[in-house]
Amino acid sequence: MTDFTLASARDALKAKKISSLELTTALVKAVEEARPLNAYVTETPEKALEMARASDTRLAKGEGGALEGLPLAIKDLFCTKGVRTTAGSNILGNYVPPYESTVTQNLWDAGAVMLGKTNMDEFAMGSSNETSAHGPVFNPWMAKNSNSKLVPGGSSGGSSAAVAANLCLAATGTDTGGSIRQPAAVTGTVGLKPTYGRCSRWGIVAFASSLDQAGPMTKTVRDAAILLKSMASIDPKDSTSVDIPVPDYEKLLEGGIKGLKVGIPKEYRMDGAPPEIAALWDKGAEWLKAQGAEIMEISLPHTKYALPTYYIVAPAEASSNLARYDGVRFGHRAKGVRDITSLYEKSRAEGFGLEVQRRILIGTYVLSAGYYDAYYARAQKLRTLIARDFTEVYKKCDVILTPATPGPAFAVGDKSDDPVAMYLNDVFTVTVNLAGLPGLAVPAGLTANGLPLGLQLIGKAFDEATILRAGLAIEQAAAFNHKPANWWRAA
Amino acid sequence: MSPTSSSTAAQIIKGQTGDWEIVIGMEVHAQVSSNSKLFSGASTEFGAEPNNQVSFVDAGMPGMLPVINEKCVEQAVRTGLGLKAKINLRSIFDRKNYFYPDLPQGYQISQFQNPIVGEGEVFIDLKDGSSVLVGIERLHLEQDAGKSLHDQSPDNSYVDLNRSGIALMEIVTKPHMRSSEEAAAFLRKLRAIVRYLGTCDGNMDEGSMRADVNVSVCKVGGYDKFRADGSFKHLGTRCEIKNVNSMRFVAQAVEYEARRQVEIIEGGGTIKQETRLFDSKLNETRSMRSKEEAHDYRYFPDPDLLPLELDAAWVETIKKSLPELPDEKRARFVAFGLTPYDASVLVAERELADYYEALAKGVDAKAAANWLNNEILGRLNRDSLTIADVPVSAAANNAIVTMVADGTISGKIAKDLLYIVWTEGGDPRQVVEARGLRQVTDTGAIDAAIEAVIAANPDKVEEVKAKPKLAAWFVGQVMKQTGGKANPGAVNAALKKRLNLPDEG
Repeated sequence: MTDFTLASARDALKAKKISSLELTTALVKAVEEARPLNAYVTETPEKALEMARASDTRLAKGEGGALEGLPLAIKDLFCTKGVRTTAGSNILGNYVPPYESTVTQNLWDAGAVMLGKTNMDEFAMGSSNETSAHGPVFNPWMAKNSNSKLVPGGSSGGSSAAVAANLCLAATGTDTGGSIRQPAAVTGTVGLKPTYGRCSRWGIVAFASSLDQAGPMTKTVRDAAILLKSMASIDPKDSTSVDIPVPDYEKLLEGGIKGLKVGIPKEYRMDGAPPEIAALWDKGAEWLKAQGAEIMEISLPHTKYALPTYYIVAPAEASSNLARYDGVRFGHRAKGVRDITSLYEKSRAEGFGLEVQRRILIGTYVLSAGYYDAYYARAQKLRTLIARDFTEVYKKCDVILTPATPGPAFAVGDKSDDPVAMYLNDVFTVTVNLAGLPGLAVPAGLTANGLPLGLQLIGKAFDEATILRAGLAIEQAAAFNHKPANWWRAA
Repeated sequence: MSPTSSSTAAQIIKGQTGDWEIVIGMEVHAQVSSNSKLFSGASTEFGAEPNNQVSFVDAGMPGMLPVINEKCVEQAVRTGLGLKAKINLRSIFDRKNYFYPDLPQGYQISQFQNPIVGEGEVFIDLKDGSSVLVGIERLHLEQDAGKSLHDQSPDNSYVDLNRSGIALMEIVTKPHMRSSEEAAAFLRKLRAIVRYLGTCDGNMDEGSMRADVNVSVCKVGGYDKFRADGSFKHLGTRCEIKNVNSMRFVAQAVEYEARRQVEIIEGGGTIKQETRLFDSKLNETRSMRSKEEAHDYRYFPDPDLLPLELDAAWVETIKKSLPELPDEKRARFVAFGLTPYDASVLVAERELADYYEALAKGVDAKAAANWLNNEILGRLNRDSLTIADVPVSAAANNAIVTMVADGTISGKIAKDLLYIVWTEGGDPRQVVEARGLRQVTDTGAIDAAIEAVIAANPDKVEEVKAKPKLAAWFVGQVMKQTGGKANPGAVNAALKKRLNLPDEG
């Protein structure tokens, strides 16, 4: 029951082969049994069953939305009305929002069922889910002949683990520098970061406003198309939401990729990258070529500036976005303080984890008088150049194929003491956020150790349909049907 | 109008070492008249219970996003146009970052390098009837903060977020004011302009308008050098006096601050650039924080908002809808025949100017102005009322003044008539008819009254022949006899004729 995809469950519900209650009950049980993975921080079984019953009523009448009765996991960055929302941080404490994010509201309006809220790096700052105040999430995958626990990627690590371990049919994620695509790639799942402005940011706890974007994390490319269609909307409550109609992505999956021009950026061939990554990349190009695509080498000359640019822009925005967590109105408030300055200092020191504090400090620094021009202003110029690189190559090609990550999942604790090593996980993904483009991570193979690896397809702005179609081509060619062994139930 | 940019006499402070000039610039925060806040739908009404007009956005809740209120943008553009300023079709909202309990987001959304309105100008009207040009540097839109309440409990401070997120226009002048009178006159004129435009109610008591006043002093001549080459080195170090909330306090604060600075400099000290508070009870300014203690606001463009792009045609539409502003109205009133001073007084408030215009319709401008000043405003001032409280309509007053002009009633009856309609109401023309107040110009009636007075006072008739000046006594008696309704001119003429008095008598 829990191996259903969104598409297959939808069809089975429609054909009345199963009920949403049966499906939801099975998933609620799976979620409970998988607590050792720590994928969920808040389970909402009662709410799930209630929503499932309501869906069954509608389905019985032949009614219902595009996601009617389909159980989903929601990253804990989305504000959910009446359900605790922590953003993976102690500073929000037991914050219960009195409002529902636009994206999740869209999902409930489409009939989806909420299973709970998934774990994540604190304020989405991390690439391994180790910065969460709720503790790390464990990747359902383990390397061959090894018992060492691996990270599920981050920041949407709870969502990626939940999808990979069949603890939901699909999940929402958010992606500021790779937080959907990187965890998807290291868990053998599909992750799509839509074009900036495609999904509303209203009600999503902000990390870096000019980069944050919600997207689907699913078992298949088709599911990503289905889920994106319901998540996306034009939202007057988000000034950066873009007024372009949302197409039927699932329908647009058809048609193949004959004649599709696929760019291979030479700057993404990094020295010291594992040979398995390069080999997989080549294989991906061959698969696409075999289905009629035209492969061409392209150049994105400012790629090398992407990571430093990102680590100026994102912390700068974060330092300001996180100023509202001050212990005054909601969330954690330090005790035993006598004045307002110590209330701020103590509440924030206690409430924020070290990585978040590090980024607030970096962000505050790069915006400070005397440093602004040297850092923030230059980063903005570079951001323009990075975006222009893409504009140039899209005169020649339709999509860009790159590896999704520089390597497979690593062991818990391996990189947590070395921020720069951790930041390098996003080397292939951050450019896409800086340019505001859509990017899709698709599972494409296993390492010799049996760990999943993914490829990334980068598209033109608002052309999610084309990368989904190319992603489907890779998915079909790779015939990736591996699943992790269920070790957590025993644990 | 005789506008001059810098040639009016500066206020001179006589120090022990010589004469000093004052230089003043101002930053005025004017609350935009709008039903809802700058970036949220919460109400802006004054006087609500604390924290009753707060949206999730205003409270800085996680994940909440600002959405620009178009009405506020329109009001800023309207104000910019009223200040004869350049409207920037592209402007940017920035975040000004600092921590304070009444600032829920931890930043104020403001405009830093790219404001919505650029350079403009305001003519201020001085008591001697002259006008002085004060340059406007810029106008930008920003959010107001909430209010910290420290006096509700000995142990706790409270925060009222009703004001949080309300739209403010910050209007920054060039350092073009040179006396406390000019500073107060600027604020008065700016208030008149925004009230005419309907973009700010200008209620300083409610905090709708407040000024930060920058004051410096320099040796006589320094200012002219500054105006010649634009270099601030000719001016003294300035101090900013925060949140001054009345015209009178602005003048007092400038006076105090300038003298304080002169005393320090003459005593061998130097002025530190700092922010100061004006204490209206003690009539002094006090240090708030020095330049070194000033915040580093870490301004950067707000990524939640797109650059604000305005359509030139839209701006043009707003321009066409602007009302006549005080300066134009004043010029028109002067052309009617009013003195510049009278015209300035009348245009200071739009309601007053409108009232005057309705009152003056078809009658002599000067006579109408005198009637308004002497009879209406005098009475209002006595009762501490404003023009909005007048119980007699401008049209009714117009009827009274018209009746005086065409001889229907006498000037004295006019005053009585105003008193009647003021206290009892009614249409002046009907009251005149109903109570028989019509001026008697019928020579027969006047002659009869004269005969009656002569008959009763034969001795006076002899006296007046010897002393023609006594004719005035006769006029008075005849007026009394007619109940004040006789036309004094007609009485005078008839008396002279009857008593054979010389014309110059």
